[in-house]
Amino acid sequence: MSGAMRTSGGGRIDRARPLRFSFDGRSFQGFEGDTLASALIAAGVHLVGRSFKYHRPRGFLSAGAEEPNALVTIARGPGRITPNLRATQVKLVDGLVATSQNRWPSLKIDVGAASGLMAPMFASGFYYKTFMGPSWFGPNVPWKKVYEPAIRRAAGLGDPPVDADPDAYAQYFEHCDVLVVGAGPAGLSAALAASSGEARVVLCDEQAEMGGSLLAETGASIDGLSAAQWLSRALATLGGRSNVRLMPRTQAFGYYAQNFLGLNQCVTDFDASPDPDTPRERLWQVRAKEVVLAGGAIERPLVFPDNDRPGIMLADAGRTFLNRYGAKIGRMIAVATAHDDAYRAAIDLKAAGADIAVIADLRAVADGPLPQAARAAGIKVRVGVRIAGTRGTLRVSALGLARGPDVEWVSCDAVLMSGGWTPSVHLYSQSRGKVFYDEALGMFLPGASVQRERSAGACKGTFALGEALNEGALAGAEAAQSSGFPVVPPASALVTGALDASGGTLGDSSGDGADHARAFVDFQNDVCAKDVRLAVQEGMRSIEHVKRYTTTGMATDQGKTSNMNALAIAANALQAPLPQVGLTTFRLPYTPVTFGAFAGAARGALFDPVRRTAIHDWAAQSGAAFEDVGLWKRARYFPGDGEDMHAATKRECLATRLGVGLFDASTLGKIEVVGPDAGAFLDRLYTNPLAKLEIGRCRYGLMLNEAGFIMDDGVIARIAPDRFHVTTTTGGAARVLHHMEDYLQTEFTDLKVWLTSTSEQWAVIAAQGPRARDLISPFVEGVDLSNAALPHMSVREGRICGVPMRLMRVSFTGELGYEINIAPRHARALWEVLWEAGHAHHAVAYGTEAMHVMRAEKGYIIVGQETDGTVTPDDAGLAWAIGKSKPDFVGKRSLIRPDMVASNRKQLVGLATLDPRTALEEGAQIVASPAPQKGDHAIGHVTSSYESPALGRSIAMALIEGGRARIGQLVHIATAAGAIPATVRDTTFFDKPGARLHG
Amino acid sequence: MADAKTLAARGPLDGRAAPAIAGFTLTLAPDGARFILRAAPTDAQNVAAAFGAGPSPEPMRVLESGARAALWLGPDEWLLLAPGEQADTLASSLEASLAGVAHSLVDVTHRQIALEIEGARAARGLNAGCPLDLAERAFPVGMVTRTLLGKCEIVLWRRGPQRFHVEVWRSFADYAWDFLVEAARRAPKA
Repeated sequence: MSGAMRTSGGGRIDRARPLRFSFDGRSFQGFEGDTLASALIAAGVHLVGRSFKYHRPRGFLSAGAEEPNALVTIARGPGRITPNLRATQVKLVDGLVATSQNRWPSLKIDVGAASGLMAPMFASGFYYKTFMGPSWFGPNVPWKKVYEPAIRRAAGLGDPPVDADPDAYAQYFEHCDVLVVGAGPAGLSAALAASSGEARVVLCDEQAEMGGSLLAETGASIDGLSAAQWLSRALATLGGRSNVRLMPRTQAFGYYAQNFLGLNQCVTDFDASPDPDTPRERLWQVRAKEVVLAGGAIERPLVFPDNDRPGIMLADAGRTFLNRYGAKIGRMIAVATAHDDAYRAAIDLKAAGADIAVIADLRAVADGPLPQAARAAGIKVRVGVRIAGTRGTLRVSALGLARGPDVEWVSCDAVLMSGGWTPSVHLYSQSRGKVFYDEALGMFLPGASVQRERSAGACKGTFALGEALNEGALAGAEAAQSSGFPVVPPASALVTGALDASGGTLGDSSGDGADHARAFVDFQNDVCAKDVRLAVQEGMRSIEHVKRYTTTGMATDQGKTSNMNALAIAANALQAPLPQVGLTTFRLPYTPVTFGAFAGAARGALFDPVRRTAIHDWAAQSGAAFEDVGLWKRARYFPGDGEDMHAATKRECLATRLGVGLFDASTLGKIEVVGPDAGAFLDRLYTNPLAKLEIGRCRYGLMLNEAGFIMDDGVIARIAPDRFHVTTTTGGAARVLHHMEDYLQTEFTDLKVWLTSTSEQWAVIAAQGPRARDLISPFVEGVDLSNAALPHMSVREGRICGVPMRLMRVSFTGELGYEINIAPRHARALWEVLWEAGHAHHAVAYGTEAMHVMRAEKGYIIVGQETDGTVTPDDAGLAWAIGKSKPDFVGKRSLIRPDMVASNRKQLVGLATLDPRTALEEGAQIVASPAPQKGDHAIGHVTSSYESPALGRSIAMALIEGGRARIGQLVHIATAAGAIPATVRDTTFFDKPGARLHG
Repeated sequence: MADAKTLAARGPLDGRAAPAIAGFTLTLAPDGARFILRAAPTDAQNVAAAFGAGPSPEPMRVLESGARAALWLGPDEWLLLAPGEQADTLASSLEASLAGVAHSLVDVTHRQIALEIEGARAARGLNAGCPLDLAERAFPVGMVTRTLLGKCEIVLWRRGPQRFHVEVWRSFADYAWDFLVEAARRAPKA
C-alpha cells in the first residue's frame, strides 16, 4: 500500500527510487528521502502508537526529534532490535521493519485502553501517594502485591532487545576551531562564514539531509535563488572546502565543560546494505575552540481537550510533510492556532489541493501578512475562538469551536495546531548558560555565554529567514575570528517572498477550566493540564516539584513540546509570573543515545587490556587455571588429570617443599631507583634502614602511607651505590611509583634520584625448594651460587643460558629460593629449559594459590589480605622492619599517636582450629564466647585460611584485638552452622627456625 | 648448555598479520636498545656526543641522528631509542659520557615495543583512543608526548604527516594493536 496521500510532484523525495517497508506487518511503499513518518502519512496512516499511561490512540505530533508519540521499534535482524525510535527521525531504507509499541493485541484494539477507565488511579502524584500512603496491610503490602506488579505489566515503552548486539560502535576524538550545531539557515550561513578563512569547521545536523527549515521552504528566495537552490549551493561550497567537515545524521547531544561536546553519528541505520566494516554509530567527542549553536526552535502544541487524537499535529510539521516529503496529512484540514505560522502551512496545503475547513485563531485579531494571504487564498479564518475539543476514535473527525456556550463541530480528517515556537536552548543551557525570559516574545532565550559559544537563528528567538541567515553569518565569522582565523566578511543575505509571522500562546487554551477534560500537556507521559493544576493545588510551588509530582517533561522526549505549556499552567495556577516558577534543567542527552555508542569498542577483548606475562602461553598450554590480579592474568594452579584446585595446590606445595617448584613472578612491580641520593630516598619511603644496605644484598621493605598504615611491601636490592632494584606487589606497582614520585616532586626535591618503572623490563622466574640451586646452577654463568657467596637475601648480575640476568636469592615460600630476572623475550625459552631440566628434580610448576599457601605456612603477609589500610607494622607483627634509629620516614610520626599504640589494637596472629580438618572461612568474624550475647562485638576476623599440605592440617591468620596477648587462648569463629573453636598462636606454622631458607 | 642463540626470543605480537585496511598500515617497528635518561637538562647534554642525537631542551621534541632518536618526555626525562643496537654496549658508552654528573640511565629495551602507523587514516585511528588534537598544525612532525590510547599509556611521536611511532609497554601491546586495528577499520573512509 502506498501513496494515497502523496502529492503528484514536489518535495525532496526521489520518486524514481521506491522503497518497500512494513509497519505492524503491513507492507507499504515509500521513496528514497522519506522518513518512516512521512511514508506512513503518504499512505494515509496516522494511528501509530498508544500512549504510555492511558493507552490512548496516538499519531504523529511532529516531523522531527521532538516527537513524543510516534515511538516505534525497528528490527534489523537478530540482536538488531531498537525500541523507542521516533518514526519522524527514522530514515526509510528498503526492507525496513517497524512495529508500534505499547499496545496489545493491536493498535486498533488495545486492551490497555481500558485503563483509561481507571484514570483516577493514575492521577498525578499517584506513585508518590502509593509509596507514601497508609499501609493498613503492613509495610508496603499494597505496593508490593497490587500496584507494582500491575504497573510493571502495563508500564514501559517498547521492549528491550534480548540478544547480544551484533553491531560495531566506534568512538573518536575530534578537534576543530568552530563547531556549528544545526544546518538550518543560521547554521549554514555560520559555517560558510566561519570557513571562509582557514579555521577548521565542523557542521553537524541530526537529520540525514542538511538544510533544516530550508528543506520545506517553497515560497522564499535567497539572493535571487530559491531556498532549495541556495541550499544546494551552500552545501556544495562547504563540501568543496578542505577545512570543512559536514556531519549529517549527527546529533549533538551534550555540551560539557571546556567546549567539549558529544556528537552521535548514526551510520548504518541509514543504509540498506552497509559496508561490514562500518560501525552502526560513531560517538564523536569534540573539543571545539568556538561553538555556534543553531539548533532552531520547536513548535508548541495548543492545550485543549482531546488534543491528542491521531491526525492532530503541529502546523509546521504538516507543512514539512507536504513540502519536503510530498505527503499530505489530510484531505479536509482544520487549523487551530495562536501564531501566524500555521497560516503558512494552511496556504501551502490548500495550494497542494487539500481543503482547509477553517483556521480557528485564538487571538482576537489576526491580520498580519500571513493571515491576509490566507484570506486572499479563500481560506475561512475565524478569530477569537476557543477550542472546545475534538471528536474521533482512531483518527480525529471534527474540531469543536466554542463561542459562548455553543460548540460548533467542524468536520475534518486532520488538525494542525500552533501555539508558537520554543527556541531550542538545550545545548546553551547544558553549557551552563542561564536563559532569560523575553516577555515580549514569550520565550526563554540564551543569556550571556559561559563557555566559548554563541547562538544564532531561531534558537536565539530570531525567526525571520533573512535575519536568521545574517545572524548566523555574523556568528560564524565572529567564532572563526575568536578562534584565531580571519574570515572574509560575510555579505548580507537578500531574502524575498518570506512573509513575517508572529504570535503565540502559552498554557491551557481550553479556557473553560473544566477539569474533567483531557487536555494533554505532555503527550509522552500522558500529563494533562488538570494534573499540573492538581499539583499546584496540593502544594507544589516550584516547577521542579510540579515536574516530579506530575512526571511532566520526564519522558524520553524530556518535554521538548510540553515544558513551556506546563510551566505556564503552573504559573497561572500559582498566579505568579512565569520566570518566578522557574524552568527545569535541560539534561543531556538531547535525544536518547544508544548504550552501544557509549560502549564503543570497549567490549569483548577490548573491554579492558588483558596483561599477560611472557610465560602466559606456556601456562595456558599446560592447562593452568588463571586468576585476575589487576589487569594481569596469573596462573593460579596447574591441574593434573582429574585434579581440582585443592588437589593441584596440595601437590604443587608438597613437590616444591620436597624438590623444587617453578613460579612465574613476572607481574611483580619493579622500580629502578637511581641517583646519588637513591639510598637516602628509600630510607624516607620505607620503614626499613636501606641507605646502608650493602651492594649485592636485599632487604624486605615495608612502605607506609602518611597515616602510618601499611600500603605496600617488597624486596629492595642494591645493585650499585647509586642503583636499587625495588619490587612491589603486583597490584601496587603503579600506586607505589606514583606515591614515590609524588614525594620526590613535592617533599624531597632536595634529593638527586630518579625513578623508572622496570616492571616489564624484567620477567621473573622463581625457583623455590631444596633443589632450586641444583636446578638452576648448570645454566648460570658468572655467579657463585654457594651459600657463602650468595646467602639468603642477596642479588647478583650474571648470565643464564647466555642471557643477562639479575639473580636474587629470595624466598616467599620459606624454602631455598631464587628469582631469576631476565628479558621477557627470552623468559618463555628459559622457562622451558628449566622445565626440561626440572624433570630430574621432580620439579613442578606452581601457581598463585600454592604461593599463597606456602607463604601463609611461613606467616608472611600479603598486603591487601592481611592488611586493609588500617594495619600498622606492629599490628602485622612487623615492628622489626622499622628502622628505629632513622630520623624519619613516611608514616613515622603517625605511629606514635595514642590510638596507634593502644594495646587492644587488632594484631595479626595465627589460629589453629581444634579440629585440624576444619578450615575456616576467610573474612569470618571472631568472637570471644562460643555463644555471643546480643551486644557482644566481634574481636576480629580471619584474614587467610588454608589447608596446609606441609602440616597436614588447617591453618589460618587473623586480626584479633590484643591478639598477641591472647596467644594460647581459645576464640570462636562465628559461622552459620555454629561457632568453631580455635586456639590463638603465632603466625609461623612451618619451619620456625627458618633453616630451610638458608639451605 | 642452552645459550642466547638457542633461547628463542618471543614478542607479544608474534604471529600478528598486518591488517588490510585502506589508508592504514600497522607494523612492528625494528627492535633495538632503549634507555630512559633522567638528569638535569644541562647535565643530560653530556650524552649528546656519545649518542649522536642530543636530548632536546625543547619540550615535546625529538632529535634524531641516523636511526637514533632522543624523545623528550619531561623537563629531565628522555627516551633514547637505538634501533638495531645492543643495549649493554651502548649503555657503557652512555654511562661513560655521564660520569661525574648526577643522572639515571635505565635500560628499558624490553619494557616496551614500538608500532609504526602510517597512512591517511593513521591519525583518525589514533584519535579513537588518544584525545589530543593530531592536526599537523597542533601536533607537527617531530613532536612527541606521553598520552593515552584507550586504556593504555603510550608514547606518541609523529615521524611524518601521516606516519606515527608508538611506544607501548609489552603487556599492553596486543591491546594497543587490536585497538588500533578496530579503530582504523571503523573510521570514516579517508
